[in-house]
Amino acid sequence: MKTIEASSITRAVAELAVKACCDLPKDMMAGFRQAKETEPSPVGRDILDQLIRNAEIASSEQMPICQDTGMAVVFVELGQDVHIDGGDLEDAVHQGVRQGYVDGYLRKSMVAEPLFERTNTKDNSPAIIHVRIVPGDQVRIRLAPKGAGSENKSVLKMLVPADGIEGVRKVVLDCVQAAGPNSCPPMVIGVGIGGTMEMAALCAKRAAARDLASSNSDPRYAAFEQELLEMVNKTGVGPQGLGGVCTALKVHVEWYPTHIASLPVAVNINCHAARHAEAVL
Amino acid sequence: MSNEKRIQAPFSPETAASLKAGDRVLISGTIIAARDAAHKRLVETLDRGEDLPVNLEGQVVYYVGPSPAKPGQVIGAAGPTTSGRMDSYTPRLIEHGLRGMIGKGYRSEAVVESMKANGVPYLAAVGGAGALIARSIRSYTVLAYEELGPEAVAAMEVEDFPAIVVIDAEGNNYYEQGQAPYRAL
Repeated sequence: MKTIEASSITRAVAELAVKACCDLPKDMMAGFRQAKETEPSPVGRDILDQLIRNAEIASSEQMPICQDTGMAVVFVELGQDVHIDGGDLEDAVHQGVRQGYVDGYLRKSMVAEPLFERTNTKDNSPAIIHVRIVPGDQVRIRLAPKGAGSENKSVLKMLVPADGIEGVRKVVLDCVQAAGPNSCPPMVIGVGIGGTMEMAALCAKRAAARDLASSNSDPRYAAFEQELLEMVNKTGVGPQGLGGVCTALKVHVEWYPTHIASLPVAVNINCHAARHAEAVL
Repeated sequence: MSNEKRIQAPFSPETAASLKAGDRVLISGTIIAARDAAHKRLVETLDRGEDLPVNLEGQVVYYVGPSPAKPGQVIGAAGPTTSGRMDSYTPRLIEHGLRGMIGKGYRSEAVVESMKANGVPYLAAVGGAGALIARSIRSYTVLAYEELGPEAVAAMEVEDFPAIVVIDAEGNNYYEQGQAPYRAL
């Protein structure tokens, strides 16, 4: 049994919020540079150039990459041998989001209730928290700020087994074409397949927050990721939807076993500011 | 790719008419920041028959909700937000003098018809390039709805603010023109 103070979770979350919003992961920068080499559209190349400069300015001035510093999506892998002292886990995460967003000059985009008053909470809390209990005595926290421009174009379809691989392709293609410039391409696309409705959505979210260099551990799904990427890059959408072959930098697929009668598919798009930061306590 | 044109905001009718889909422009002058909640309030104000808190004649609206300025900064990150969420309000504002819009993403048929009828172009800034765009913003002054925080209506002085004309006042659409040559499905 290891004891971790709730306050250290709060501190870690606050630091991750600022880091994620201001420092684009290195693999994304490498992705922009590589895309610039292969993008035939002059406008597209110019956009990629601006995205590289933008990320450099953001990092050197510790300024947000994008003004939409998002909802704070926090994945927590909580070791079952961890005891949290001095508070509870979820409160500690929410408090970390408050501190990070207020002290870090990040934008507060959360409204307290979605339908009637829509009053801004003014500290970007609450976080969207996904907790998994895992073996061990560590707490792994991954914070992935999610902007609304891309989140709003998410899709969930309850396909049936007869729709098969072709059905999944069509869901992804339709989603990307409908999103176009609204989701700030080049995108990183998360696809969740299987499970129940909510499990497919969670798989898509996890996939969208994966490191750019990663691929699915199952070679069939890794090949499918590549096939889907080649497909979406034939839409012509291109950087910022102004035309080109770099509509997405990567497609990531995560899957879960499902019912004999079901084939749920969820697509969660990340914009080019595919932000995430991780800490282990 | 066309050469960059330097233009002045607010837009004269001639400036608005001169912009063609695909033109890359650098905007200097004053533009008006407003997004979702501000648009809702502006249209509700018109519905009540009251005067708007800002005269829209010739103005260019920028759909933006900046992140907060750190001490010593004019503004935080300030890239465009998705324009389509403003579509249901836009024709009313165009009828009241709005002469240009800067945002990102697709617009509805109704907005494009209103643009054509009133000589209004729609431009895109690079979505997500919030830190880079902030460098072309010289001042940020809240004009109305301060309580909306990042959604307040504000005047922004800009210098060489980079944008691209995506739908011109004749309805030509650069998203369609730009994507067509690269579509291979």
